[in-house]
This record gives sequence, structure tokens and C-alpha cells, in this order.
Amino acid sequence: MAAGKDWNESVVEVAGSKLHLARAGSGRPVLVLHHDIGSPERLPFYDELAGWFDVLVPHHPGYGKSERPQWLRNVRDVAVMYQWLLADLGVEHVSLIGLGFGGWIAAEMATMAPRDFHRLVLVGAMGLKPPDGEIFDQAIVSYLDYARAGFHDQEAFSRIYGDVSTDQLVEWDLCREMNFRIAWKPYMYNQSLPQLLGGVHAPALVVWGDDDKIVPRSAGEHYAALLPRARFEVVRSSGHCVEMEQPDALARLVRSFIDEN
Amino acid sequence: MHVMYFTEQPMSAYPAQIGLDFGATALMFSNKYFDPVAGSRLYNEYLEHYIYAEEMGVEGFMLNEHHNAPFCMQAKCNIFASILAAVTKKAKIVLLGNPLPLAENPVRLAEELAMIDMISKGRLVSGFVRGGGQEQLAAGVNPAYNRERFEEAHDLVVAAWTRQGPFRWEGTHYQHRVVNPWAVPLQKPYPRVWIPGVLSKETIIWAAKQRYPYIALNTSIEATKNIWKIYDAAALEAGYEAGPENRGYLQQVHVSDSEEKAEKNARQFLWMQGEFTGLAHPVWSAPSGYFSPEHRRQFVEFAVGRAESPRGRPTFEKQVADGRVIYGTPKTVIPKLRRVLEETRPSIYGLWGNDGSVSNEDARTCIRLLGQEVMPAMREIGKELGLKDPFETDAPVHLRYSSDLKHMPQAAE
Repeated sequence: MAAGKDWNESVVEVAGSKLHLARAGSGRPVLVLHHDIGSPERLPFYDELAGWFDVLVPHHPGYGKSERPQWLRNVRDVAVMYQWLLADLGVEHVSLIGLGFGGWIAAEMATMAPRDFHRLVLVGAMGLKPPDGEIFDQAIVSYLDYARAGFHDQEAFSRIYGDVSTDQLVEWDLCREMNFRIAWKPYMYNQSLPQLLGGVHAPALVVWGDDDKIVPRSAGEHYAALLPRARFEVVRSSGHCVEMEQPDALARLVRSFIDEN
Repeated sequence: MHVMYFTEQPMSAYPAQIGLDFGATALMFSNKYFDPVAGSRLYNEYLEHYIYAEEMGVEGFMLNEHHNAPFCMQAKCNIFASILAAVTKKAKIVLLGNPLPLAENPVRLAEELAMIDMISKGRLVSGFVRGGGQEQLAAGVNPAYNRERFEEAHDLVVAAWTRQGPFRWEGTHYQHRVVNPWAVPLQKPYPRVWIPGVLSKETIIWAAKQRYPYIALNTSIEATKNIWKIYDAAALEAGYEAGPENRGYLQQVHVSDSEEKAEKNARQFLWMQGEFTGLAHPVWSAPSGYFSPEHRRQFVEFAVGRAESPRGRPTFEKQVADGRVIYGTPKTVIPKLRRVLEETRPSIYGLWGNDGSVSNEDARTCIRLLGQEVMPAMREIGKELGLKDPFETDAPVHLRYSSDLKHMPQAAE
């Protein structure tokens, strides 16, 4: 484990915008789509995956080091940009791992190209209106409180973010601005997605932290019910950011799911 | 000199201690603490205040609106404007203003304003604002497109007022199949537009480019001077020289028949714990995408409690010292106002007379003294200093109606 230390960083132009892409490892291609608070450059979870797979971690358009497309208006636009990215890179039969907000993007991608993907992994995914409860609204809390709410154990938050720097706060503000630009209303879901998930052919694994305070578990159960070939798993002692809080447990689940035939 | 009477229309009858305990007196502070019986009384008192102010000689009523907060109970300025259009005779009805980005249908807004202009027989001044950050959240409007929506809604309102319909509008944020309102303004080419603001540089420059007067809201004398530097430079670039007719100012001024009473009442200007929009979380006042990117770094530190508010929260004494709050008897207040007039040279002046829980009787005394003693003195000082307002100079309503431009403006307005 933790073999893939040699991350190759590149800039790829998609739809007129420069996207930042980190890539490492070899094997089956896996596209990892990060949260609405962006992503640290490196995570143990990414390294573990790179020990087994060809892992691609882009920054969403307008997030992190990727340029903002001023015209971008909704999350489907992001999904289309990633289809374009994969086509340009020439990678086939990709598995998608969508984390939180990135799970919404992954679900949109899967509905757009129902036969294209090897596996779909949704972790605490946004994108559906939860049948019970509401998606926690970042608009009325500070950046720090929102990021912290993604964790079950605040020690885990500190391990990742330490004493949060001003640069990090600025990045969170930029992420939040992008979230507003593309997912303001309805907040963090797409009303037509439930009707479209039924066409997805790829086997799906829906993972939820047992203490997800951002997206209610009912949304995960809803995903598992709507996707034709889905399994629902709960990771214990984890908040919304399962990949940061329980990286080993998530990596194990993902590895066996992607590798099984 | 155009002198107006202003009040935030405070909803003073709310349990302040509960707000303090809750930690916020805006947006998320529950409206279960709104008392409609007191609300009914206060609305009617405020209405009487405007009518009385006209009797006492004010030239304008300055109206505004805010949402979900006790500091201002006027939720739609067009409603008070409509009433005043019918029940008053002479004073200008100055809306500072309608929050354009909150409008989902700017054509409807153009119709309402046209009706107010006709009913008032041409007394409307139609200011526009971006709306505060909390207003975006209260209205569910995307803060990240606030400025784009402001500019596009403005262009659409002006088009609805000036272009013969029917026409079609295919914008970025607004699309209208048919624009053809059967209500157009009485004033031609269209009612004057004034733009109030606090510190956003982009708005100052935008106002100067349109040749719309900018109304500095309760800024310190030094901050006001900086605003005019920015405005004047943008005006020169647009091809004209800005003067007093482009400058407005709103100031907290409470007058009474004794110094003691005036001071006691003037302290009510800080009734919202020193934040005139009430206690609120910084991310409510400035949601992401709403404020200038240049303030991002400073703002995020403030939002997590690592830095002081960029606006500061100066004490009463400090605000009196830097000229933001003026109080006294007419005799002591007039020299203080002379100083502001001399230093910042505005021709449009809003006197924010009463706030918080100033009694109805004291509020009326303030209005009487402002109208009968302070305003006539201000007009004299204005004459002496050459502070002619846009009505006196017949200033163009918009840059495009100018006949004195040093060079042709760029096509983009």
C-alpha cells in the first residue's frame, strides 16, 4: 500500500479552460472526483489507490488550481467537461469514484454514458434531494465550520488540515463561490437525476459514513435503490469525508469492488 | 441643495435581549419575535413622519428596503413610495433603492416604478442597489451573480422605460419573450437614478460611468473624500467633470431642543449593537462571490473570527468624532453640517433623523427642527458653496444624454 508516490501533474485544456490533473499508478483507470471544498494535493487514500490503479485526480473547473470557466452554470456542465477530458486522454472503461459533491458529478457522468464505465463508486454523494432530511447548507456557516462538519472525529480534521492557513480559507471561499455559481438552487441536487439513474449499466457501490452530517443517509439509500446494480455500504466512525477519515476502510472496499468481475 | 429626510423604519418593538442571547439580529433571528400589532402602529407612525416632514419643508423622502431584520421593517420601498405618491404633493420620492439583483422580473419593477412616477406626477427618483449579502440569502438569489444581475436588470429596466415595445430581451440572467409594459414613466427620458453605496469601488466606478449621482451612505469624511477621488477619475475617463451634482451623502443627524436629549436619542443610532444592519454572521453579510475579489483574503480571516470587521465597529464617541453621527440643537448642529458640506461638497443630502426606540414625540420634534431650522440653513450654506443639485443644474439623467462630453464615450456603457 501507499506505493504510488510519483504523482505526475499536468494541465489539460477542456472547453477552453485549463484543468489541473494529478495522475499516478498503473492498472485499471480510476477517476476520483473531489468534494465541494476542493481537495488537499495529496491524501493517503489517493496513494493507496495508486498502488493498484491508474488514478486520475483532477481539480474541478474553477476549483483549486483549475481555471474558472465563467460560463459554467450547472453540475452537468462539469460532467460533460470530464467526459471530454477522458476522451482526450484516451482512457476507456474508467471507474468513477465520486466523493460528496464529486459523487453528484460521477452520477451525472454515468447517466450520460450508461455503457461507458466499469464501476461507479459514490461516497456520501450529493445530487439527489434526500427523501428524509436536507443537505447541510454551507451558505449560512463559516468555511471552517462547514469543513469541520464533514468529520465525525475532529482529530481527523486536524490531521488533514492542521491549523487551517489563510491560504486554505481563501481556497474554501473560492470553492464556495463555484458551488454557488453551479449548484445554488436547488441546492446541491438535480431534480431530474432520479429519473435518469435507472439507465446506468455499471455496477455501483454506494458508501456512506455512519455519521455523515452533510448529506443524510436517506440520499445514499435512495441512490442504491435507483441504480439498477447497486450495493450500499456504511463505514463506521466516519463523517462525510470518508476518504480522509477512514482511508483504509474505503480503499479496501473500493479495491475489491473495482477488481471483482 | 436637495435635502431629504430618511429613517430605516426600525422595528423597535422586538425583544433585543433575546437577539443578543441568540447571537444574531438578522436573517436567522426568528420572526416569531415580530409583533404585527406593534408593526401596524410603527408603519403608521412612520407614514405620518413623512407627511409631517413635507409640511416642515423637506424636499425629498429617502426610502430604502431590507429583509429579515429588525433594523429596517420596510420590506418593499415601492409600497411606501406608492402611498407617498398619493398622499403628499411636492417632495421627491427618492428610492435608494430597489435591490435590482433580487428582481426575478425587472420588467415588473419598471412597471411599478412607472406607476409611482405617474401617480406622484413626476416626483420619482429611482435609485438602485445591489442589496446586502443577507438579502441575497433571504430572497434565495445567487450572490455569485449579484453584480451581473444588477447591471443587466438596470439595462432592462431602462430599456423598458425608454424603448418602444414590444421587444424581446435575450440576456444572460433575464430572458423576456415580450417587453411591452403599458405603464411608462412620466419623466423623460426617464426618472433620475441615484446609486447609494458604502465601500464597493466597482459600484462607484459604475455609477460614474453612467453619470448617475453616487450617494455615500454614512461614511466618514475621509472615506467620503476617497469615494469622490474614485468617482471623479472615472467621470473624467467617461468624458465629463464631476461636481456637487454627482455627489450625495447620507448622515445620521438627530436634533432636539436640548443637547442632553439629543445625545440620548443619537445613541439610538447604535441600537443594533453598533452594526447598523444588526448582528449577523460575516458569511451572511458577504456570501461568497458577493464581495470584491480584492477583499477576499481580508474577509475570510474576519469570517472565521481571526480579524476585525473590515468596516470596524466604532464606538459612539468615535463616530461622533469622525463626523458620522451628528447631534445637538439646531444651533450646534448647523456648524457641524457646514464642515461636512465644505469638506465633501455634496448637493444631495439625506438626513437620517431617527433610529431605534426614539419616541414618536421626539422623532416629530427632530423632523420639525430639521425642516424649519436646519434645512434652510443648509440651503444657504449650499448656495454660498455653490452646491447645486441635479435638478438645479438640469444634469443629464444618463451619460448618453450629455451634451458636454470631452470625448465620445466607448460603446459599452
